[in-house]
Amino acid sequence: MAKKLMKGNEAIGEAAIRAGSKYYFAYPITPQTEVAEYLARRLPEVDGVFLQAESELGASNMIFGAASSGKRVFTSSSSPGISLMSEALSYITCAELPCVFINVCRAGPGLGGILPSQGDYMQATHASGHGDFHLLVLAPSTVQEAVEHMMQAFDLADKYRNPVMIFADGLIGQMMEPVDFDAVKVGKPADHSDWATTGAKGRAPHIVKTLYLNPLDNEKHNHHLAEKYARMDKAEQRSEMYGGLGKPELLITAFGTSARVCKTAVDMLNAEGIDVALFRPISLYPFPKVALAKEAGKAHVKQLLSVEMSSGQMIEDVRLYTKDAKPVHFFGRHGGIVPSPEEVVDAIRKILPKKKAAAKK
Amino acid sequence: MQREVKFAGFGGQGILSAGHFLADAALEEGKEVAWVPSYGPEMRGGTAYCTVVISDDPIGSPVVNTPMDLVAMNRPSLEKFVDTVKPGGFILVNSSLIPDRVERKDVHEILIPANDIAIKNKNNRGANMVILGAYVTCSGIVKLDTIVEMMPVAFARKPQFVESNIACVREGARLAREALEAVL
Repeated sequence: MAKKLMKGNEAIGEAAIRAGSKYYFAYPITPQTEVAEYLARRLPEVDGVFLQAESELGASNMIFGAASSGKRVFTSSSSPGISLMSEALSYITCAELPCVFINVCRAGPGLGGILPSQGDYMQATHASGHGDFHLLVLAPSTVQEAVEHMMQAFDLADKYRNPVMIFADGLIGQMMEPVDFDAVKVGKPADHSDWATTGAKGRAPHIVKTLYLNPLDNEKHNHHLAEKYARMDKAEQRSEMYGGLGKPELLITAFGTSARVCKTAVDMLNAEGIDVALFRPISLYPFPKVALAKEAGKAHVKQLLSVEMSSGQMIEDVRLYTKDAKPVHFFGRHGGIVPSPEEVVDAIRKILPKKKAAAKK
Repeated sequence: MQREVKFAGFGGQGILSAGHFLADAALEEGKEVAWVPSYGPEMRGGTAYCTVVISDDPIGSPVVNTPMDLVAMNRPSLEKFVDTVKPGGFILVNSSLIPDRVERKDVHEILIPANDIAIKNKNNRGANMVILGAYVTCSGIVKLDTIVEMMPVAFARKPQFVESNIACVREGARLAREALEAVL
């Protein structure tokens, strides 16, 4: 199929259908309402179901119920709506149900604003709800990558019997870019017949539950979940390197939209002969700690700069997984403002001033 | 090579769709493209704008604060964005609605009476197509023919508008050629 120009939100919706999902329950919120608008029209064409719930609580608990049947189900929302879904996320993860949640992140806290942000990084990766659990979190930086992540998310959810979150932002949701759905391979939905609640006629009942009153049983279940996160950590770390002139002295860390901005900043600096490179986490959980430690550990890298659309959240993981061996600086814009490449370049110049001035003489 | 243009005006002027046409044409010609709308609270009643980034290479930052070119369809958007245009860029001014002139000397001002031409072509809502034809001609970023050939597909549900839109695009292009001869 030829490439098609599509809005991120619509492309995400279409990608889910291409990945074999026909069930979508959601509640509208800017800047992701086009996902619902698109699917309201498109799902009936494939004998699917879109149901607009009465609230985010309703939508996320419909996902809980539908996922219990083993079908590919998903929902989308934006920051305040995701907060309302956090209770269900905890239950769904405890019950080990595969499904996909999309957060088209906007600026917070509170109702905040409707423009792009990455302020939910901590929530997505470290505290998506109460209790001891993790989502598998993927952060696209282009509309095409959002399509790829969406189509892979269902396979990953099946593989780990765990919810997967696509962490996008308002810009990726709202902008149009060329997409190619055929470039992505999708697996067949896994066989869930050993646990899915599909009617117990002729077999022992399957039970989907999250209540473990006996602490020993509960501990055992938590150990089981922890073992699963360890497997994810081993197998699903994703990242890419960009730019640099061979021996970057500064490594930028950025994901999603801010990573794209940083790519332009890296190009601008590399063109001047200033050797900086970008490390882009693609999976936010598991954090690509092995690759970061390797890249940041190289002797020529003297310092790091985390660029985020927040007050600084991923920087804590960057510091943790580089063991604070080198200074980690921060540059961020928030409130819905996307940093410009020029601002990032200025931030880098402030970090690397004297040496460059000397080199020019 | 990368070129960026901001289309700006008020809601209802077809700002977003003019940008969409350009983006589609660029994709048709095999270029990399990003179309970024304004979706902030200012969309209702205030200025509406979108940025189209067209490049031979994968696009880094889709957010461009200093575009190469500006298409201003009303006075507030010219005032708001005139100083953001890169030196050497084009500023297309919808002179049907904007009495002001661009005071900067380091950009190319192109005056296009887009609404008047649209009305003359019996297409009251075709001002965006007039200015699109003019912009494509000034920038050379895509071929005028690509835009023209897209019209029957884009207006498949409203075939009565195909001809008048093509006329608007061509007339915009003709005026732009005249203006260019005077400017360059």
